[in-house]
Amino acid sequence: MAQRAALRRKQTTFRWVVVGLVMAFFALPMVAAFEFTIRARGAEGGYDAKTWQTLLDFGTLAESYPDLAKGIVASLLLAVVTVVIMLVLLVPTMTWVRLRLPGMSRLVEFICLLPLTVPAIVLVVGLTPVYAWVIYLLSGATVWLSFAYVILVLPYAYRALDAGLRAIDVKTLSEAARSLGASWFTVMWRVVLPNLRTAVLSASFLSVALVLGEFTIANLFAYKNLQVAMYLLGKSDSKISVAVGLAALAFAFIILFAMSFVGSRRERKS
Amino acid sequence: MTTTAASSPGGVTGPGVAVELTELTRVYAGGVRALDGLTLHMAPGEFIALLGPSGCGKTTALRCLAGLEDPDSGSVVVGGRDLTHVPTNKRDMGMVFQAYSLFPHMTARQNVEFGLELRKQDKATRAKRAADMLDLVGLSKQADRFAHQMSGGQQQRVALARALAIEPQVLLLDEPLSALDAKVRTQLRDEIRRIQLEVGTTTLFVTHDQEEALAVADRVGVMNAGRLEQLAAPAELYSAPVSEFVADFVGVTNRVRAEVGDDGAHVWGGVVPLLPGSAGRGAAVLLVRPEAVVIEGGEANATVVSSSFLGGHGKVVTTTDDGDRVVVQVSNAEVTAHAPGDRVRLRPRGDRALAVAP
Repeated sequence: MAQRAALRRKQTTFRWVVVGLVMAFFALPMVAAFEFTIRARGAEGGYDAKTWQTLLDFGTLAESYPDLAKGIVASLLLAVVTVVIMLVLLVPTMTWVRLRLPGMSRLVEFICLLPLTVPAIVLVVGLTPVYAWVIYLLSGATVWLSFAYVILVLPYAYRALDAGLRAIDVKTLSEAARSLGASWFTVMWRVVLPNLRTAVLSASFLSVALVLGEFTIANLFAYKNLQVAMYLLGKSDSKISVAVGLAALAFAFIILFAMSFVGSRRERKS
Repeated sequence: MTTTAASSPGGVTGPGVAVELTELTRVYAGGVRALDGLTLHMAPGEFIALLGPSGCGKTTALRCLAGLEDPDSGSVVVGGRDLTHVPTNKRDMGMVFQAYSLFPHMTARQNVEFGLELRKQDKATRAKRAADMLDLVGLSKQADRFAHQMSGGQQQRVALARALAIEPQVLLLDEPLSALDAKVRTQLRDEIRRIQLEVGTTTLFVTHDQEEALAVADRVGVMNAGRLEQLAAPAELYSAPVSEFVADFVGVTNRVRAEVGDDGAHVWGGVVPLLPGSAGRGAAVLLVRPEAVVIEGGEANATVVSSSFLGGHGKVVTTTDDGDRVVVQVSNAEVTAHAPGDRVRLRPRGDRALAVAP
């Protein structure tokens, strides 16, 4: 008995040591980066919060680092537009496939997961002629990068939405709503979407996190999003660049945390 | 449908409308004929149960009436209006499904109000009607509960209230009781009948449970291979089946070798009058109900295999000297009188029966 208790204690200690080591492994670079951002400029050393003050005051930031400010705005806009296109594209399609074309579900899944297997550079090469048309027809604005990003987030969004759709009986619910007089739009808006809330949030958060961290495609297409601006800035003013990197990381962390919080609250409710 | 609502008994819904399903055919991919020329006419306010084995097309028939499925040919006419190609949401059909179908993100009250909201009724009217409907199904106290806070029986009641709230032209019940346990099933079945009589809505009830169908419906339609085999009042369906399929499917039937003559079927030294549609002269198989056989004294022609109590009555299983297995319904007192191995004499009681070719 006492032996077993001792063993359990030992195991618990071991677990905590492992957790601590892993945490340290991940935290160390961030702590180092943070320390770097608060180092005072000049020869005398010491610490100050100037970099963070600049970063948090968007007016000053736009003045002193116009490219970075533009990059931040562009990336946030890209995140929003990508999420909207992704939802408008995926939710009705996946619902419809589930309701009317169950035979197609395999194909849709395959198509949605395909981008996982395509390296970014291949995607860019493939998309170059498409973007020639996009620039010709629409404009060269950074926001149109969202078309490429929708493809990029497709696998993650698909997985999240698929899990949500599996959890409810879409067919019966929509048939019930239809029999009560609902149009297909009402079925989607009032019945399917509210019950996919968690899944839609997960898909959106994952997409936002992905878009905010995207560098390769934007850089290869010579668009300036947050990551590209950060990279360029890193060459001239590494402090602010590292600070922005940390802030983006924190933002993504908050989003993922919010996502798991929303998810668990929902579970408790049911 | 809204104008008649106020004047109807209980303010629930208007008098029912007639439904005419004519020559409905539905062929699924792969060539399965789910409906093969189904014709079914329902009188206003009538409660019809469609009964049949799985795959007989009963659910397809209901879904064609609901507009959830399009028939390949034939017509659906409700209240004199041709609805064959009208989409589901324009048909005014209240429907209760086999699977639990309450919207999980809404309370019972919100579920019931959903259809009324779509009909642009104002808040006060909606609230009043939802309260009335929940009261009708006996769930006033559960109005603010979500589906996951209610039992299966309660969920189906709310689904019924939701379906009736819109004052549907026709109420469609697609095996609404099959997910429930036996006791709740019986209770809710009787309640559905009470409510249907109260609101007077023409109702189509699909089930594979014959007891359910016989207990609640005005008329029961037995379906087989996409067609209506027989449509009749429960008692008639049981006592005068038109085919072997109906006789076999509804109730227990003994298959006994017999000889058909001009005066009826001769079996165990007695004569049984025949139902229309029976086989002609010669050797035949007679379909006899357990209660239409009597055990009596005299020259034995069968051996008891087993005897058992079934609650209200008992049954004795025998094997005749001809080799037919015959189940006889007996009173409880008689059960103990017949031990396995006893020799007994069977006699037909004389009820009309169906004789089919051997």
